[in-house]
Amino acid sequence: MALSQEVRARLEPDAAQIISRYPVPRSALLPLLHLMQAEEGYLTEDGIEFCAGQLGLAIAEVTAVASFYTMYKHHPVGDYHVGVCTNSLCGVMGGDAILAGLQEHLGVGDDGTTTDGKLSLEHLECNAACDYAPVVMVNWEFFDNMTPQSARDLVDGLRSGAAGIAPTRGAPRLCTWKQASRILAGFPDDQAAEGNTSGPPSLAGLRIAKEHGWVPEPIAPADPGSPGSGASPRGTASPRAKTGNGRAQ
Amino acid sequence: MTTVLTPEITAFWDEPDSFTIAAYKRHGGYRALSVALAMQPDQVVQTMKDSALRGRGGAGFPTGLKWGFIPKGGDKPRYLVVNADESEPGACKDMPTLLNNPQALIEGIVIAAYAIDAHQAFIYARGEVLHVIRRLHFALAEAREAGYLGADILGSGFDLEVVVHAGAGAYICGEETALLDSLEGYRGQPRLKPPFPAVAGLYACPTVVNNVESIATVPYILGYGAPDFAAYGTEKSKGFGIFSLSGHVTTPGQYEAPLGTTLRELLDLAGGIRAGHRLKFWTPGGSSTPLFTDEHLDVPLDYESVAAAGSMLGTRSIQLFDETTCVVRVVLRWIKFYEHESCGKCTPCREGSWWVVQLLEKLENGEGSEADLDKLLDICSNITGRAFCALGDSIEAPVKSSIRYFKDEYLEHQRRGGCPFDPAASTLFAMESA
Repeated sequence: MALSQEVRARLEPDAAQIISRYPVPRSALLPLLHLMQAEEGYLTEDGIEFCAGQLGLAIAEVTAVASFYTMYKHHPVGDYHVGVCTNSLCGVMGGDAILAGLQEHLGVGDDGTTTDGKLSLEHLECNAACDYAPVVMVNWEFFDNMTPQSARDLVDGLRSGAAGIAPTRGAPRLCTWKQASRILAGFPDDQAAEGNTSGPPSLAGLRIAKEHGWVPEPIAPADPGSPGSGASPRGTASPRAKTGNGRAQ
Repeated sequence: MTTVLTPEITAFWDEPDSFTIAAYKRHGGYRALSVALAMQPDQVVQTMKDSALRGRGGAGFPTGLKWGFIPKGGDKPRYLVVNADESEPGACKDMPTLLNNPQALIEGIVIAAYAIDAHQAFIYARGEVLHVIRRLHFALAEAREAGYLGADILGSGFDLEVVVHAGAGAYICGEETALLDSLEGYRGQPRLKPPFPAVAGLYACPTVVNNVESIATVPYILGYGAPDFAAYGTEKSKGFGIFSLSGHVTTPGQYEAPLGTTLRELLDLAGGIRAGHRLKFWTPGGSSTPLFTDEHLDVPLDYESVAAAGSMLGTRSIQLFDETTCVVRVVLRWIKFYEHESCGKCTPCREGSWWVVQLLEKLENGEGSEADLDKLLDICSNITGRAFCALGDSIEAPVKSSIRYFKDEYLEHQRRGGCPFDPAASTLFAMESA
């Protein structure tokens, strides 16, 4: 679809804002491509051309970059893009079974989109949540410790409107793919301060340390270190020194 | 040696508002910045050198030394770039840090930028974790509001702007020069070094690229002092860091501990391998580090000891696999990952990764032979050292080490005409229904 004059007029200030973040305009290319996905869901020829126009680049230069990165899509993806980690650890822990189950359930292959346009599915490489394996992402939010059944329930819920579906760790209201792309372009929504982000694995070491009394007491508010004194702002009351747990040589 | 954990970066993640500047300050945050700003920049660099902090992104290069390489004077701007593109299979420490304690990173950024005289910093954040992007924007806004970013920070005359830059899905962008190309708006492909980024980095200007955890550790070092930090760890691997346990372990998760802690100690705290099973193999530092087995439980997890035992400390990303797991399947999947993520710039990695995948698939399907193992090793040894960057070298690590420890398992596939393992037995759901 061609970008209308109205759409261009709306996107140009966003593009200018993105470009203004950087000392060199071309650095804005990745966020601009995210911005185009926020508008059209994937990178169309018009989207590529728009980015090229904003930065004074050739269409071929922009295409070369867009085709390098896996988050840029070259065909329509669903409102909810489901990724299943099948790197070794998640795959072994169940990711392979989850992906196979979802492909069968949704009737799509890897990188496929359902005919109603609601969902798309792809395998992911390690998404930095191995302690919550196996992990499924929906529009880049974490759904932790999934099973083939919980993954099927998840996609069924997403197909029927996503009401009440929240990630295990992340924003409580799941964004659509386009909304998520806008955040990636550097225009965050209002959910930053919401949502649980620390499940039991994130807190495992801390919990055990507390059970053993290895955690320092919170530091009471005090004057900042006097300039020039060079003194540690936490002074000599280093909780490490107190507990004597240091592995000094 | 008594086992201890040393939660610092992770110390208050259990508080619901841990990501806010209020929580961070409640726990002593931003005191180190006042200390640093009262010092000369060179003194800050010296403090970092004295701490002996080694880069927490995997390579382990001394952070203070890296800062010290930034040339003095000159009319080019200097840049600080934080590598928040965590994507090494097994690595899962930086994303929770950014979700739960982003202010430690921001305080570290201000101190680091002050030390190298940079007035513009970038956080190159992995694009595939949306809430991290939100939290970083939120945290930067809070820090700016409190006067820790922007013009004349805390009346010091020092100015700093920080931009969050979301990547777009490319493992290679964790390599610092590929990251810089990506940040400049190009395909993320590594650059020939030298020149190193300290001389010609972002926009060909002097640039420091540091990992999230390295920078988030800076406030501790400036706050408590280099000797306090250096009192932890071993003689050559100072301080503490986050160890990430994942896989067939009773209590997976993040364990902040002194370098030199052993896996046996960590497993004792984490409840051991899942009930009824035993450890078969593990990575000390992610998929790019040669495998260890249950023979290596007592190897101190510091740079030198792990290297002496034939692997690398890497990112302390400990992926644990029990006896239900097929090592060939695991290694094949890792190499498929490298094949997928090879940027295509150099032939050994681009072509070699494909060849290795073909051979491993043959072996996993029971159609390989002992001669294929020799061929695998030969191809791998021809990739290592001949690839443009460390991604190519990473291909050899799991292949060679798995053949070293589990050669017979490879051959068993051939004898049986297929994989002898039941993949269902190694899943999380098998654990839960057991």
